[in-house]
Amino acid sequence: MPDLDQFRRETRAWLEANCPPEMRKPVMRDEDVFWGGRNTTFVSEAQKVWFERMRDKGWTVPDWPKQYGGGGLDGAEAKVLREEMAAIGARPPLSSFGIWMLGPALLKYGTDAQKAEHLPKITAGLIRWCQGYSEPNAGSDLASLQTRAESDGDDFIINGQKIWTSYANYADWIFCLVRTDPTAKKHDGISFILFDMTSKGVSTKPILLISGKSPFCETFFDNVRVPKSHVVGTVNRGWDVAKYLLQHERAMISGLGDRSVGRPLGQIAADSVGSDAQGRLDDAMLRGQIAAFEVDEAALACAAERAIDLAKAGQGHPAFSSAMKYYGTELNKRRYEILMSAGGADALEWESERSKQGARPRAWLRTKANSIEGGTSEVMLGIVAKRILDLPGA
Amino acid sequence: MPLVLTEEQSMLRDSARGLISDKAPVAHLRQLRDSRDADGFSRALWKTFAEMGFAGLLVPEKFGGSGLGNVEAGVLMEEIGRTLMPSPFFATAVLGTSALLRGGNATQQSAYLPKIADGSLLAALAVDEHAKHRPLQVSLQAVRSGNGFRLIGTKTFVVDGHIADLLIVAARSAGSAGERNGLTLFLVDPKSKGIAIERTAMVDSHNAARITFDNVEVTADSVLGEIDQGADLLEGVLNIGRGAVASEMIGLSEEVFGRTVTYLKERKQFGKLIGEFQALQHRAAQLYIDIEITRAAVLKALQALDQDAGKAGAAVAVAKARAGTTATLAVQEGVQMHGGMGMTDQFDIGFFMKRARVCQELFGDSNYHADQLARGRGY
Ligand SMILES: Cc1cc2nc3c(=O)[nH]c(=O)nc-3n(C[C@H](O)[C@H](O)[C@H](O)COP(=O)(O)OP(=O)(O)OC[C@H]3O[C@@H](n4cnc5c(N)ncnc54)[C@H](O)[C@@H]3O)c2cc1C
Repeated sequence: MPDLDQFRRETRAWLEANCPPEMRKPVMRDEDVFWGGRNTTFVSEAQKVWFERMRDKGWTVPDWPKQYGGGGLDGAEAKVLREEMAAIGARPPLSSFGIWMLGPALLKYGTDAQKAEHLPKITAGLIRWCQGYSEPNAGSDLASLQTRAESDGDDFIINGQKIWTSYANYADWIFCLVRTDPTAKKHDGISFILFDMTSKGVSTKPILLISGKSPFCETFFDNVRVPKSHVVGTVNRGWDVAKYLLQHERAMISGLGDRSVGRPLGQIAADSVGSDAQGRLDDAMLRGQIAAFEVDEAALACAAERAIDLAKAGQGHPAFSSAMKYYGTELNKRRYEILMSAGGADALEWESERSKQGARPRAWLRTKANSIEGGTSEVMLGIVAKRILDLPGA
Repeated sequence: MPLVLTEEQSMLRDSARGLISDKAPVAHLRQLRDSRDADGFSRALWKTFAEMGFAGLLVPEKFGGSGLGNVEAGVLMEEIGRTLMPSPFFATAVLGTSALLRGGNATQQSAYLPKIADGSLLAALAVDEHAKHRPLQVSLQAVRSGNGFRLIGTKTFVVDGHIADLLIVAARSAGSAGERNGLTLFLVDPKSKGIAIERTAMVDSHNAARITFDNVEVTADSVLGEIDQGADLLEGVLNIGRGAVASEMIGLSEEVFGRTVTYLKERKQFGKLIGEFQALQHRAAQLYIDIEITRAAVLKALQALDQDAGKAGAAVAVAKARAGTTATLAVQEGVQMHGGMGMTDQFDIGFFMKRARVCQELFGDSNYHADQLARGRGY
């Protein structure tokens, strides 16, 4: 594949010339992630430069069409870019629910007008999105959601409450599941709708997490007026869109662990546990646990690569992202259990400068949500049993 | 000896549970955390503990205590674990008392034990110096100077270090880190010149401190036990402490488990109580079994400590190793089965997860104790 080799050479050279050294270090704090949006600021000049260069190249979202600000890369090229970025440890220039979740759904179900309106603002990091799915009584059983959208001429009037809405207090727009036909069976009366979070009647209330941070909210809708043209897909067929989006969300969550830690786990452990004369970690049990973890982690990375390639080749199972989500999140929780064990008493400090304000225990606690957010591990296993294995009664 | 509590021990449990659940539910810890309480525990409640004979639980009657043993201390620790009550009970009533009883001479015992029993003296045991618990690695130096010693070095993860009136410090008077020989324990006044105490805010909002000793002068009278021969004494006290922490983890695990089972019977999804889903039923049943097995191992260890603390090492290693993995499993299942609710600070379950992590690390984690067992069995 001479063209691909050529592409790799050019990509490598471009990244080498354009990715600032600060942007080649692993992300250690939430604040180092660039989410975009109306009210966003850059934490450093390097972050700004890196984002702008990648945006101008279309590489905030390399495999979206160029007309929407994407890079127009095919599957093989996108993979080369991922590999070359990974090779130098380049950070994603832009993280966003628009890229991971809404965009794929719009590309499949959106009208031309919706795509033209929203996709360029996602690739350019201008609008930050949040996800209004879960409700107090509709978590795992998402389809039982009760937020109502009543027809009023060309508009819907929306009333109800969402919960666990990540970053709702920072988001500009929401993609939201609402009930448009309360008489239909639960999956058949749902619509997928988009609206501005500054609309009259929208309010948010942050919820504090066990990590001491507050990344999600309760979100309330009190007679929020939204044009019917903001429905994605067909009215009352929103469940199809919702499910398709969840596949992308789950694939994304399954890979979250990779970029959080830079050095091999065993070396991080050696910092606090020490090594013996042969250079082996001075805790045989922990060493075994870490090695077993790294075997699984390496294998998962292969599976993640293969899942993308299978999908591009049209051979993927649509529910496979649930398998990956289950394994990836359980693995990431294991990673942090090991990190806590390796850090010993030092990793229990919560506030000191020395501990970077308890960065490790806070990150550890945050991972406990990985097997809950985006659908719980139990729900993922249920989906695999039902949709892939076709087990009776599942 | 039957592996069940006696009638007296059950009565002790009931009165401790009554007091603790009434005066120190989880909301008590939350309040101490949110108000950034300078002591990190309630002095009023400690006074009540003393009045009820809990502060002096292990102190012999002739020094004004209750003269009870490790099983009874475990009963108290278990109740403390149920509500995560921050209390000097562990550092003072268990560790401090045991160190003085096992290593102290008559003068030292009569100077301190009555004060522990009446609640007027708080103690702390300073052993660890690095991230992981490795007691023989102690390298804080005790350098001979005149009739006494000078202490030089740093201790970490000292439970109750910032509120203690008496520090019991493991130091190296001879040999080098890793050696059994050459350890000495000292009784040190925390107000001595050269001591700097930094309270460390921990994930579980319980008390711990880093303590630096910069040429701290101590007299020969302050040696607890034998000079250079402190390893056995230290190991005995640590084992008593491990039994106590294991008991706390049992109480913590059972409480999390109980709350989780209650939730399985309340929360509905898909038109059913989530407790109707067999996937969750089986995991709840497994956790129940796990806790029961660990509970038996912990009681065995406490009885062994009461019989002959010097021979209880293997039983204690089993108990502490099991308690660590059981508590870890219990809190993980607790959070997971509560879904998004389990991740919120407003809900108590996260406090249990945080405390379990600290208890796991305290005086050796499950890996450490499994390794101890292996070494003890010669492989
Ligand atoms: C950090 C975080 C961020 C989130 N961000 C968002 C967001 O941005 N937008 C959004 O809409 N939502 C978000 N969520 C919500 C998340 O999707 C829900 O929490 C999740 O779907 C579970 O729902 P629940 O919390 O109601 O738990 P429940 O559904 O009540 O589940 C409780 C327990 O029961 C189990 N259970 C339920 N049904 C079954 C079954 N049939 N078989 C076996 N076990 C079962 C679950 O697996 C879980 O262990 C977030 C959650 C977290 C923790």
